[in-house]
Amino acid sequence: MPITRRRLLELAPLAALAAQPKRAAAGPPSVLARVIPSSGEAIPAVGLGTWITFNVGDDPALRAECAAVMAAFFAAGGSVIDSSPMYGSSRAVVGHGLAQVKPQRLFSAEKVWTAQGAAGAAQIERSREFWGVPRFDLLQVHNLLDWKAHLPRLTAMKAAGQVRYVGITTSEGRRQAEFERVMRDERLDFVQLTYNILDREAEARLLPLAADRGIAVLVNRPFRQGALTRRLAQAPLPGWAGEIGATSWAQAILKFILSHPAVTAAIPATTRADHVRENLAAAAPPLPDRALRERMAADVRAV
Amino acid sequence: MPEWWTYSPEDFLMFSPRVYWRMFELGNGALWPLPLAGQVLAVAAGLACLRTGARIATAILAVLWAFVGWAFLWNRYGVVNWAMSYVAPLFALQAMLLALAAADGAAAGRPPARRMIAGAALLAVAFAYPLLAPLSGRPLASAEVFGLAPDPTAIGTLGVLVMAGAGIALWPIPVLWCLFSAATLWTLGTAQAFVPFAAAALAPAAALLWPRPPPRA
Repeated sequence: MPITRRRLLELAPLAALAAQPKRAAAGPPSVLARVIPSSGEAIPAVGLGTWITFNVGDDPALRAECAAVMAAFFAAGGSVIDSSPMYGSSRAVVGHGLAQVKPQRLFSAEKVWTAQGAAGAAQIERSREFWGVPRFDLLQVHNLLDWKAHLPRLTAMKAAGQVRYVGITTSEGRRQAEFERVMRDERLDFVQLTYNILDREAEARLLPLAADRGIAVLVNRPFRQGALTRRLAQAPLPGWAGEIGATSWAQAILKFILSHPAVTAAIPATTRADHVRENLAAAAPPLPDRALRERMAADVRAV
Repeated sequence: MPEWWTYSPEDFLMFSPRVYWRMFELGNGALWPLPLAGQVLAVAAGLACLRTGARIATAILAVLWAFVGWAFLWNRYGVVNWAMSYVAPLFALQAMLLALAAADGAAAGRPPARRMIAGAALLAVAFAYPLLAPLSGRPLASAEVFGLAPDPTAIGTLGVLVMAGAGIALWPIPVLWCLFSAATLWTLGTAQAFVPFAAAALAPAAALLWPRPPPRA
């Protein structure tokens, strides 16, 4: 049976139920977990992105702030941290934070990003050194850059036990046709793409395809790099926020994303410990149903 | 780059304004008291142009471009912006071009007074550049100083080139840097972007408008 958007949304409550038994295993009871289809492993449905926010270079004061954000993230039950060689010093800053915080539970999501396929192995090793981890949980080909060279390497690394999951990423809907083709033709554990209450193109094809192919989905740019929450900051939170237990626009936006059953986790970035706690608190039922999702989207468009 | 039309300048900005301005604060602190020496060198370069010709000023600039390229672009800015690993060698190239010009030292006819004034004004902007920090609500400790930070160094260099009537090879890198920096500052959301942009537009305009006399035989 082809999986349509309607069908997916009908399945949403079932998906949430399916995730319930895993919650205790993946973090404190308050953090909703979602299952990685290819393995059955559950991960917290809100992670931590590092684009811009963790690119603070050697600045000791800003590195300490990033470590504090990570400490708050892990304390609140988070585990998925996402970075990339494209993000300047972010990998080194994540590694510095990990060395400070020493989390018990980490799901490390890194990327390979180089136009020279042959340089991929050295770049991955360099990233691993920056993070200070024995191996990555997830390695993805960033923005499909030279994916034909990188993806076979990642798949071979997975077979050799050097990485647990492999995937590809895109942002803001770029190279959609090729992205879809790779999702259909290759064996992927994860994809990462842009999806939020205003940028919903992924609902048409990529999210149903991910569900159909059993591919976990990480969602980037949930707040449009902060532009969305800044735009909404002055608007009062509508009455429906109470129905889904959201106390801020950020939580409402994250709950909208997580209410799509094909979504595994959203990975918002922040420089503030209070925001990281607020984001993780959004990974909890109740989530909006189909009708409320449309009301939410209409209200946000109207602001 | 695929689908290049879908990218905006913001997509290339990979650090926050706070990280950008703190680079200067950390750099000034690490190199203290060199920021004071930078201010002295801005005055020295201007006086050298007015009194003895451009050779000494050009030699000073050669050292400063090498220093800024290494100490700031390569070692500091490059940590948060990988594009600087491609830009820093251009600063080294500019340093070599300036050194060659200083060594060559071909005597040029003294440029027209208006051109001298325009060049001196640009150098004065470079000298006063640290004031932009407090004027923009940032601590003076994060000031961009001639000889340590790329923007005032490039603007001061354009001032010297206007005053000295220097050869065409010395112009592209400072002009391009000012335009690049203006774009970065604009994307960071600061009106300070107009300063390097104006320097990049006005310095070549002054040189074209008031050409120097032919070299003395």
